[in-house]
Amino acid sequence: MSVSIQTQDFDLGAEVAALHAGNGGVGAIVSFVGTVRDRAQDQTISQMELEHYPGMTERAIEAMVDEAHKRFDILGARVIHRVGLLQPLEQIVLVAVTSRHRGQAFQACEFLMDYLKTQAPFWKKETTSEGARWVDARSVDDAALARWGIEAAGNAAAADS
Amino acid sequence: MTMKIQLRYFASLREALGSTETVEIEAGSSVGALRDRLIARGEPHAGALARGRALRAALNQTLCDESVVIPDGAEVAFFPPVTGG
Repeated sequence: MSVSIQTQDFDLGAEVAALHAGNGGVGAIVSFVGTVRDRAQDQTISQMELEHYPGMTERAIEAMVDEAHKRFDILGARVIHRVGLLQPLEQIVLVAVTSRHRGQAFQACEFLMDYLKTQAPFWKKETTSEGARWVDARSVDDAALARWGIEAAGNAAAADS
Repeated sequence: MTMKIQLRYFASLREALGSTETVEIEAGSSVGALRDRLIARGEPHAGALARGRALRAALNQTLCDESVVIPDGAEVAFFPPVTGG
């Protein structure tokens, strides 16, 4: 299975090994791991909670992996996103891509992350000494997706303003 | 003619409105018309779904535009901009 939504942590080495196993055509493996920061806007973060939309999340990420296979000459892809309660420094997300040569794997990995940031239904809630707050979407993430020529609705902007 | 649909809310909207509810709407209603109908109920819906707030919608678990017409028995979700990754 190429997409997993899970509460438990993941092992980057084991995931990359599984993606690579038995495929001698692979000449490049690119992986990205996102982690929980311990500070935001000058406040210390004590924990982060990740909510998602079960069913839609898997569907949205599978569609984005299909799109990556259409756009890039890649051999395999693996996406893991954690949900539930996470502590600072913990891993949140893994995207790993294999290809014959590095260029396509680098591009596909970045494409998948840009897509995931703005199109997959996850929401982060940070707890600081000031209390808990939902993290705001960032327009720079919309701009990152737009450079791939995706005509998706802006995520951070109000749809009707 | 009316039809029943399932509504789902996430993140800050879930905290304000609950996770899910079943509503009856006029057949042929769009997602935007549904949002307006919910706003017309008054608080807490009016504030949570207010026009001008950045919200996104999904029809049957796929992101959608508010002009999309809702089919019978559909699942419609409203939620804030996504912040995963």
